[in-house]
Amino acid sequence: MYEEDKVGNGIKLPGVELEPGEKVFTNCAIGGAVFVHVKDGKITKVRPMIFGDNDTKPWTIKARGHEFTPPKRTSLGNYVCTQKGRIYAENRIHYPMKRVDFSPENRNVQNRGKSGYERITWDEAFDLLESEIKRIHATYGKAAITASTGSHADFGLLQYKMGPFGRFWNMLGYSTLSDNPDSWEGWHWGATHAWGYFWKLGISDNFDMLEEALKHTEMLVMWGVDPNTSAGGYNGQDGCRWRWWCKELGMKMVFIDPWCNYTCATWGDKWLAPYPGTDAAMAEAIAWVWITEDTYDHWFVDNKCYGFDEFKDHILGNEPGGYARTPEWAETKCGVKARDIYALAREWAVKKTMLGTASIYGVSGACRQPYATEWARLMVFLLAMRGLGADGCNTWGGASMAPPMDMSFRFFGYSDVGWDTFGIVANEQAQNTVKQKTYRILLPECVMNDKTEWIGEGFCGMSLEQQITRNVCPLPKEEGGAPIRMIYRQGGSYISTMTDTNRWTRMFHSENLEFAVTSDVHFSSETKFYDLILPICSGFERNDICELGAPGGYGANDMGANFRVIILMMKCIEPLWESKTDYMIYCELAKRLGFEEKFTEGNTIMGWIEKVYNASSMPKYMTFEEFKEKGYFVVPTPNMETFHRAVSNKWYYEDRECDVPDHNNPLIGTPRAKQMGTPTGKIEFKSTFLEEHLPDDQERPLLGQWLQPWEGFGSENAKKYPLSLETPHMRFSYHTHYDNKAPWMDEVPMHRGMKDGYAYWPIRINSVDAAERGIKHGDLVRVYNDRGSVICIAYITERMKPGCCIAYQAGAKYDPLEPGKEGSPDRGGCMNLLSPSRLVSPNAPGMVSNSIDIEIERWDLR
Amino acid sequence: MGKKILLIDITRCNGCYGCQVSCKDEHVGNDWSPIAKPQPNTGHFWYRITETVQGQLPKVRVHYMHLMCQHCDNCPLLEKYPNCVYRTEEGMVIIDPDKSFGKMEMVHDCPYGAVFYNSNLMIPQKCTGCVHLLRDETWVDGVPRCVQSCPVDVYTFGDEDDPKIVEKLATGEYETFHPEYGLKTHVFYKGLLNKFFIAGDVYDPVPDEVIEGAKVTLINAEGKEVATQETDWAGDFNFHRNEPGIYSVRIEADGYETQLIENIDATEKDLNIGSFAMKKA
Repeated sequence: MYEEDKVGNGIKLPGVELEPGEKVFTNCAIGGAVFVHVKDGKITKVRPMIFGDNDTKPWTIKARGHEFTPPKRTSLGNYVCTQKGRIYAENRIHYPMKRVDFSPENRNVQNRGKSGYERITWDEAFDLLESEIKRIHATYGKAAITASTGSHADFGLLQYKMGPFGRFWNMLGYSTLSDNPDSWEGWHWGATHAWGYFWKLGISDNFDMLEEALKHTEMLVMWGVDPNTSAGGYNGQDGCRWRWWCKELGMKMVFIDPWCNYTCATWGDKWLAPYPGTDAAMAEAIAWVWITEDTYDHWFVDNKCYGFDEFKDHILGNEPGGYARTPEWAETKCGVKARDIYALAREWAVKKTMLGTASIYGVSGACRQPYATEWARLMVFLLAMRGLGADGCNTWGGASMAPPMDMSFRFFGYSDVGWDTFGIVANEQAQNTVKQKTYRILLPECVMNDKTEWIGEGFCGMSLEQQITRNVCPLPKEEGGAPIRMIYRQGGSYISTMTDTNRWTRMFHSENLEFAVTSDVHFSSETKFYDLILPICSGFERNDICELGAPGGYGANDMGANFRVIILMMKCIEPLWESKTDYMIYCELAKRLGFEEKFTEGNTIMGWIEKVYNASSMPKYMTFEEFKEKGYFVVPTPNMETFHRAVSNKWYYEDRECDVPDHNNPLIGTPRAKQMGTPTGKIEFKSTFLEEHLPDDQERPLLGQWLQPWEGFGSENAKKYPLSLETPHMRFSYHTHYDNKAPWMDEVPMHRGMKDGYAYWPIRINSVDAAERGIKHGDLVRVYNDRGSVICIAYITERMKPGCCIAYQAGAKYDPLEPGKEGSPDRGGCMNLLSPSRLVSPNAPGMVSNSIDIEIERWDLR
Repeated sequence: MGKKILLIDITRCNGCYGCQVSCKDEHVGNDWSPIAKPQPNTGHFWYRITETVQGQLPKVRVHYMHLMCQHCDNCPLLEKYPNCVYRTEEGMVIIDPDKSFGKMEMVHDCPYGAVFYNSNLMIPQKCTGCVHLLRDETWVDGVPRCVQSCPVDVYTFGDEDDPKIVEKLATGEYETFHPEYGLKTHVFYKGLLNKFFIAGDVYDPVPDEVIEGAKVTLINAEGKEVATQETDWAGDFNFHRNEPGIYSVRIEADGYETQLIENIDATEKDLNIGSFAMKKA
């Protein structure tokens, strides 16, 4: 029933006769929609889609005497250009494998990470899985199993992580592993208390911003943001062109980042470099200048905000024990010269400015610091003091989102209906009957400890109250709780992406973890810790359907590409070696566990795809058969003369009902439609929600403000480890999904540096810090603190502020000198061995990866 | 079909390396005989980006140089190996993969270093201008893979008489890399790293504030004033793309003593000459 369709004939390019044996398919990678050329069953090239004459006309924005029109094509994230190499990578998992010294009778958990593997058959793998699941269910209960998928390996809708994985585990019942909002923690746990937007997980929606900026904006402030780096994901690099347009119109781009990041280094006009974790002090000083020079929007803070007077007193130092947050004071905290802070504040006060952060492409930097909640709240305060939503004054994440688009065309994103994408069209949506939850950054504790507690629910998209739920793992037995005894993992590697990840080694060596299974396309950093390894195929080896860059759910209508493109993600080649699709794996497991019919509802994947197609707006434009021949559809662009612009937050500034097309906004259509999503309905300088629920929290105070971070510049911890390390998302990979796959990326010197035939992970360091430590450019260095060590290659550069270092997170290689030994120096580039497991603050359970105290020394491989 | 010209506007380049990698996607594992045989998986760069950090903290930029075969009119390989190197009607210089077997020495004959020796196939190889694609009617885009990969239009590719090529060359902003080789390249660049910026900033130490609108004059070694600027809102000045040489900078602001900074050595690199405190007059 669940047999996959064989590879089809591909698409017909208009007017084109291909050579015998050659086919062209459509697909969509995590960073762009592509044409895939296949010859004799082998992928020959992966390239951007070029649209045809019959596809929609591109839009044209007229602004300041210029006309801006995008080309009729897609662009690709740079790593997507290595897709062919990634698919045929040497470290693909070929067969099901079992750790050589694992058996249900003798598990040898102490050897996880050390021992090798032996090939087994799929039948043997399924037998083992089935018997272990049944044994654990019988011994402990369903809650003893937790399962998790990594973020964004291959794109898709039905076959993406929330499809087969979500449907299977929710139907079976398991302990959900709640994700933390790892890329934007500060917004989620902080900014929500300033402007609501919990339905966007703390970041503002972005609609019709491109035209708004091109027409009105004079300056872009990119604070903790590197858009040319982070915006390659999902939508490819379309946003780069928009930023270039901004430059052509003379908009100045100011970058605030300890590292002269990639966008700043090419297109930036001004670089200001605070120490990691100190951005909030700089933000307070900007507010001080605006208050003392009386250049802020009085009407807005008086009428559209709550608690400004207390904030003003705080900034001026009028509160008991207070002191003025002057630029001179801020200089001692953040290391940016007072005169530069004055200058920026004054320019910002007279120029219509977009703050290039606070939407999904404006993340990964300062929002992942200790007390990042406070920085994010202060960003909202600065926006409020400028009149959020006034012409050209808004929040526009990385200048990466919201071209003119027709949002009335209905299509779906993978998270539209939660953890069972099939639920979009299924007769029955999967419902998990197990109440127990684990939490991603606390997974090792949940496994190893008798009891783990935390506050907050991971993604708190339904209400602010979700941020204060009390959680415990395991739950009491009478509530269906059970200790975690098995982990099933799909794709990616937390040992690279979570924090203080020697914890994961400890977890794998714990007798508590009786069985650990991973399914993945490639060997990644943590694959070699699992007892059973299942090969799954890449997104180019299976059928699916999707909209370019559309996550759906909380990210609904977050559009960062020039066009809405609906794509039939065609199976281009048969699954390589013995790999299978997730759908096939879970169908077999569901069959063995007795719910195959319920799981599949009798559908093949192509059957599901057709149902999704028919539930969308697509049938208005072509039949499914026509779509299968064409492979993609460009949603008609709006009529620029007539279509209704709904610029984000402008409705709030103009005291109108919210008119943006965001069906997740629970206030639209209610008497609160003119309000923000806070309890007062206003932007709250002082949080009434926190006042009610956590009035005594000194580490996320009622009034958003700078707090001395517990790690990073100025902290006690920094006396021992004086260098401050940032580990943001990287430029030449996406999480762990492209690094260490195609060697073409490893050849980019800024991605990995070759030394003695080994591709090391670069750490950037200023010449002053390097000289003090006797380090030369290209030396191998040990980067270390109490938590671990990583051997990196040192790049000495003027792009780094003295006292700070940067090494991007999520190298997809964990290669400790002593395999499987906790704390052994890693030379694969797993920087998160060094980050703290301490959370953003006690009631803000986010992870901290951008101001890590470290020391560096030269390292000679002995 | 006329001679193809490639214009590369480095000033637009965001350094994504998509061109370098897309070149590999096209040529690694694919046999485009008779134009080219497969490129080795690693180590060879028919299209290569190299990056240079310019200036000093905090006036820093990164320059991305794009280097590939320049398909020169006076290609030394064409002259030296007439039996195995030829020019196509598109103007591309092609090393015939069948006739060049074993000619390792060819690697040393290109002053641009564009030729690589494939030691498995035992043939010299290089950029072909994707001429196999240009001749492929199914390749509707009609451009090489490097050009197609670019998200920000760094490239202009077309026939030498194509108006968009002619127009851009007429601006005088494009130049050839190493014109002293005298090889008459088919590739032209805007923004080569052969001219250097001189940047700095100006402030009043009491109170500690930047000075906007100070008049800054750049003076060359002959004493000629070559450019003037006013400092911007951040107190910054930046003279872009100056001819290599020794310069002086004069800073004037109303109510302050004029400063002259001499012996600024911009012969080899971009310079942040520092922050200048102005003394009240």
